[in-house]
Amino acid sequence: MDYLSKLENQSIYILREAFAKFENLAMLWSIGKDSTVLLWLARKAFFGHVPFPLVHVDTTYKIPSMIEYRDRLCKEWNLQLVVGKNEEVLKSGATFPNGKATRVECCGTLKKDALKQVLDQHHFTGVIVGVRRDEEPTRAKERYFSPRDKNMEWNVEDQPPELWDQFKTDYEKGAHIRIHPLLHWTELNVWEYIERENIPVTPLYFANAKNERYRSLGCFPCTFPIHSTARTVPEIIEELRNTKVPERSGRAQDKESEDAFEKLRRDGYM
Amino acid sequence: MTHKDSTPGKTPMETHPPGGTAAPHEQLKIVIVGHVDHGKSTFVGRLFHDTGSLPDGKLEQLQKAAERRGVPFEWANLMDALQSERDQNITIDTAQIWFQTPKRQYVIIDAPGHKEFLKNMITGAANAEAALLLIDAHEGVQENSRRHGYLLNLLGIRQVAVLVNKMDLENYSEARFNQIETEYRQWLDTVGITPKVFIPIAAKHGDNIASISARMPWWHGPTVLATLDDFKVSDPPINQPLRFPIQDVYRFDERRILAGRIEAGSIKVGDRLVFSPTNKVSTVKSIERWNAPATESAAAGESVGITLTEQIFVERGVIAALETAPPYELTRFKARVFWLGKKPLARKKKYKLKLTTQEVECEVDSIEKVIDASTLATVSRSHNELFVGRHEVGDLTLRTRKPLAFDTLNDIVPTGRFVIVDGLDVSGGGIIAEDNYPRRTHDGHTKSDNIYWSHGKVTVAQREARNGQQGRVLWLTGLSGSGKSTIATELERQLFNQGRHVYVLDGDIARHGLCSDLGFSHEDRKENIRRIGEVARLFADSGVICITAFISPYRSDRDLVRKILPRDRFVEVYVNAPVQVCEKRDPKGLYAKARSGQIKEFTGVSAPYEAPPAPDIELRTDKLTVAESVAAIMEYLALQGADSEVSI
Repeated sequence: MDYLSKLENQSIYILREAFAKFENLAMLWSIGKDSTVLLWLARKAFFGHVPFPLVHVDTTYKIPSMIEYRDRLCKEWNLQLVVGKNEEVLKSGATFPNGKATRVECCGTLKKDALKQVLDQHHFTGVIVGVRRDEEPTRAKERYFSPRDKNMEWNVEDQPPELWDQFKTDYEKGAHIRIHPLLHWTELNVWEYIERENIPVTPLYFANAKNERYRSLGCFPCTFPIHSTARTVPEIIEELRNTKVPERSGRAQDKESEDAFEKLRRDGYM
Repeated sequence: MTHKDSTPGKTPMETHPPGGTAAPHEQLKIVIVGHVDHGKSTFVGRLFHDTGSLPDGKLEQLQKAAERRGVPFEWANLMDALQSERDQNITIDTAQIWFQTPKRQYVIIDAPGHKEFLKNMITGAANAEAALLLIDAHEGVQENSRRHGYLLNLLGIRQVAVLVNKMDLENYSEARFNQIETEYRQWLDTVGITPKVFIPIAAKHGDNIASISARMPWWHGPTVLATLDDFKVSDPPINQPLRFPIQDVYRFDERRILAGRIEAGSIKVGDRLVFSPTNKVSTVKSIERWNAPATESAAAGESVGITLTEQIFVERGVIAALETAPPYELTRFKARVFWLGKKPLARKKKYKLKLTTQEVECEVDSIEKVIDASTLATVSRSHNELFVGRHEVGDLTLRTRKPLAFDTLNDIVPTGRFVIVDGLDVSGGGIIAEDNYPRRTHDGHTKSDNIYWSHGKVTVAQREARNGQQGRVLWLTGLSGSGKSTIATELERQLFNQGRHVYVLDGDIARHGLCSDLGFSHEDRKENIRRIGEVARLFADSGVICITAFISPYRSDRDLVRKILPRDRFVEVYVNAPVQVCEKRDPKGLYAKARSGQIKEFTGVSAPYEAPPAPDIELRTDKLTVAESVAAIMEYLALQGADSEVSI
């Protein structure tokens, strides 16, 4: 069996475990390539269906064409969408683009707190998230089934053992679980799979006339395109096979301090 | 090989994708293990650096961070991403990182070496196909060098190379290297691992990692990098009996799809499947996938779905197998368990056992041995307490509440291992050991659901091992009023309290059911005893101690029962009291009725009683109390069981 099929089969297994084990399950869909591949894998796992709602945390600072792409796929793939927004903070204007919060604080309220609100509101006990171990060193330490306490905090020093595809599926009331079916994929694997399966992705990933493309998508004030001439999926794959630039190099919030990302994640960020 | 293209239109043997690096076609997962501070994370950092696998700016970023914190730069910081890890210079949790050689892509799994974080080491190692074991040349073989070696074997990792690190601290001495190799090879041999190679390295300086070191001219072996490429990628067990554990049953549309991952073997349309442990049977109608070409078959490693021709009730947790080679279905088995839980693994506590998608309640039946995995010494406890403590390994027998479908680890790996959940936490893992388990086999001629029993695949010895006792018939014979029923019920109570499986067949019970068509003529009495004898034999066969309390006056009738049972399984107990004594007791008023002629052919009055000439036990109940009589039988049974491992 080729290695992409191995990765695929493993992810399908995890998605099905999650669906069997959690009553109130949702999947985060950031509209990026990873969570779109995850969505595709869910359709594989459930034979063309997506039997749980998708949660999109909308900071209102997303690149507008991402929202168009989102709404198009929702219609075509018959998806249930739940949008989470931190209306209170947005109304107060305490955001980074307004100059009233640091980048990290802004991620904390518009993404992390908005996520917590939408989870609480819909009583989701399991959330499927498309993070990968190769993205960033604290994500490299993640589990497939990763518990978060009532306050969404991640106890990274005391994570449950995972062996032989047996996961922690018993929890105290109030806790919720993050499920990470893409944990073992790399950025390159994701693109190889997009090519193999012909999965539609937002055009922002492809180089424009100015020879710029996004490698990782986020909010426009904190996400910067890279120089690239890759205009097709095979060209992106070729570019990634030869690059030594980290994937999240265009994501400004990671670089605020040495452990900025770790702190965000401990507090419940994706 | 010729470069001349002599055959027009022939496809070249080797093709390369246009430009750039060739795409690797396989991936291998390697875990780095060993004692704390023996340099695992440092090795990984250096491996990445020396193979040019570090992302741009990463080295500078780590150097700057160290400078800012006023500490020396450490290669380990590449993997030790947590602030708490950097603060303590220790790896807490396992992490994974990717790199590639021209041959293939590697997933490097760094595992912590500190005993405190053993569950994280297990998490890392359980996902690997091969392992690099690091040993500090200066410190030599340490506690977790040994423990990790033992656990690798338990986790099923067979491809191992040992890196003797920090050779710089020992002046790159060949003698020191050889000394460590000899010592550690011996240990690995004891725990069942044959390492591929021992390599002397100094991770900090990159010696023998990506290129051969000039500082160890005596070393003629491979570099670490070459050794990695020599490991083999493991494939799912396709050539084994089919094991398809059902994850879920979906009815999203008109189809009813049984979803799961094939753990072993292969499956095709038309296969007759048996679902264990329910033993339902059906046939594969289709193999289901989404956005993939339709095929008639699927094999190990594939997450697929199937539909069936006959709709039977199937739910998550059952394992589909071919009728010709099903798994075991038992409630008791032997296992070797490593324990990670905060509270020890002990008897008389309920746990949850998870094996593939099955979940059953389980208990520890007995603990045979508890060992320290770093010495293989048996753990001794004060007051002879028996439990498996945190980080210890136990050989034990587990009992599940409901039948579990499984294989032994030696037969089929994915269905031969399990985890144990204590409360809410996965607290241990185990592998199922070989034993003389009864196998349910299918016979195409029999449509009975009871093939498990009717074909006699379960031997008497297996039943006795399960029950912890031998099935017996204790045949109490004697006059009416001699005390048979009284003794029988008291004996039953005492054996039951000892945890034995025991049952009393009483004359009155039989007369009202099994033998309600029989009277008291000689012929009817004979038939009565024959039937009771057959029923008692079934009880004994099934492993139960069956106590019968019948007058059974005729010697020939009792001998008939004796003949249908194995020699030592029929115990004749003569409950002997003179007829005068019995008549005086007359608990049911039967003697009075017999004397007055209301009852014909009453034993001892109007019909004969043939006393046993050589009973196994004789109880003079005119002299013994009930308690003394019962004690005499108990003593006899204990003596009989003394030379057998399985007592009564």
